[in-house]
Amino acid sequence: MRRAFDTILLVAVALVIWQAIHLLAPSALTSPLGTARRAAELLGTATFWPHVAETLKAFLYALILAFTGGLLLGLLLGLNKTGAKVADPILVSIYSLPKVTLYPVILLIFGLGMSAKVAFGTIHGIIPIAIFAMNSVRNLAPVYLKTARVLHLSKAETLRTVVIPAAIPEIVSGLRIGFSLTLLGVLIGEMFASQRGLGYMIMNAIGLHDVPTMMAVILMLAVFAVAANAVLLWLDQRLHRRIT
Amino acid sequence: MPVPVHAEMRGVTRIYPGTNGKAGVHALGPVDLTLRKGEFYSVIGPSGCGKSTLLDVLSGLSRPTAGEITFEDKPVDGRVPDGVGVVFQEDASFPWLNVEDNIAFGLRRAGVDSTEIRRRLDYALGLMGLRDFAKAYPAQLSGGMRQRVCIARTLVTQPRLILLDEPFGALDAQTRLIMGDELLKLWRETGATVLLITHALDEAAMLSDRIGIMSARPGRIIEEVETGWPADRDSRVASDNRFGTITSRLWAHLREESLKAIGQGAIK
Repeated sequence: MRRAFDTILLVAVALVIWQAIHLLAPSALTSPLGTARRAAELLGTATFWPHVAETLKAFLYALILAFTGGLLLGLLLGLNKTGAKVADPILVSIYSLPKVTLYPVILLIFGLGMSAKVAFGTIHGIIPIAIFAMNSVRNLAPVYLKTARVLHLSKAETLRTVVIPAAIPEIVSGLRIGFSLTLLGVLIGEMFASQRGLGYMIMNAIGLHDVPTMMAVILMLAVFAVAANAVLLWLDQRLHRRIT
Repeated sequence: MPVPVHAEMRGVTRIYPGTNGKAGVHALGPVDLTLRKGEFYSVIGPSGCGKSTLLDVLSGLSRPTAGEITFEDKPVDGRVPDGVGVVFQEDASFPWLNVEDNIAFGLRRAGVDSTEIRRRLDYALGLMGLRDFAKAYPAQLSGGMRQRVCIARTLVTQPRLILLDEPFGALDAQTRLIMGDELLKLWRETGATVLLITHALDEAAMLSDRIGIMSARPGRIIEEVETGWPADRDSRVASDNRFGTITSRLWAHLREESLKAIGQGAIK
């Protein structure tokens, strides 16, 4: 009840600020109502949907690659002490690097189009997922492993029934962050050097100074990102509550 | 008639090798220790004297640098033998499993059939007072209750030797007393041999048949004290006259070793 109220309050305040900026600078920002109207219009337009499909497809591919790649990399490194020691500083520096600086390189390797967007989304998401997965295994309580040995578990059983379940909450935290960053990567990829997708629509609308369209696409993306994050955050908190 | 030997350590030492040219640490021994079948034996010693190392090598979790360990006349060598259960100081309950699944965890992995699991589970839940919490998750339980879950998880494997490494170390004083009584009850009901590692004099004096006092590092057993308590004792023996005699005897030895241990800490 209380949380629902907080959310409503937050949305209301955001809308008021948005409306106020609109009144101060009508040419820079469309009003909330105007944006919603334009969004509804777009949803009814046949030419809008291929862009949505393009972005979703790129996002889905990038997400699959980032999730599987990140988990595999992270778990393997986590299980190997030396590997983790070597990889940790490397991963963290790649993580802190503004990846947009790598985009020209990605474009040269993959060319314009879907594969470049997927690659760009993947490199955004894969690193945090790998870091979280790696640390979840490294930070495993030693007493769990001792318990596994006292109970005569094999290596494979220990991994399956102790290490992985113990790591799940941290892994989900990594997936949540990886999810947002992958979406970010795909959209940035679409904003430059792309002819399709929602990122392209935003840039195109800016070029044509079609502020309502730009705002409408941004609104829809924001709603999608916030909703997805809320679901993952809920899952994340549920899993973490079991720990303490 | 002599009581049969259940487990034995002869000349056991453990030296942790140094790394990068640093000197190694001689953590334990040589230790000679004989556990009689069915007795309740406690090991007390100053902090850092190698009590946990003693439990690690006796249980087979780690190998001794030198010396021999036997359990039921068979050598213990780098593997925890069947029939040995270990309870650790840290909370080892799995947060992703409820109480019941935590307790049954080892039995399920060992492929014990489900009716037998159910039977042992019911017994352990009852004995440890966990029946009302069977479906609860560890996060919903207090530290004492979680430790009961860990004891129950060991209990259902029907160990003949139970090793406990300061299992009540993280609990408050009242809870420790209650848990001590429950441990005695468990010991009487199962007939298992119990080795309890503790740093609490009163706990050792109250619960044990015999108490081994360890020296400062490298830990050796320097003295053994027999309490002479009846088997049906509980924490109320603390008001018995002999309780004071026993604790003061223990303290006489331990005081000197504790001072040495503090000295070791100072120059480290």
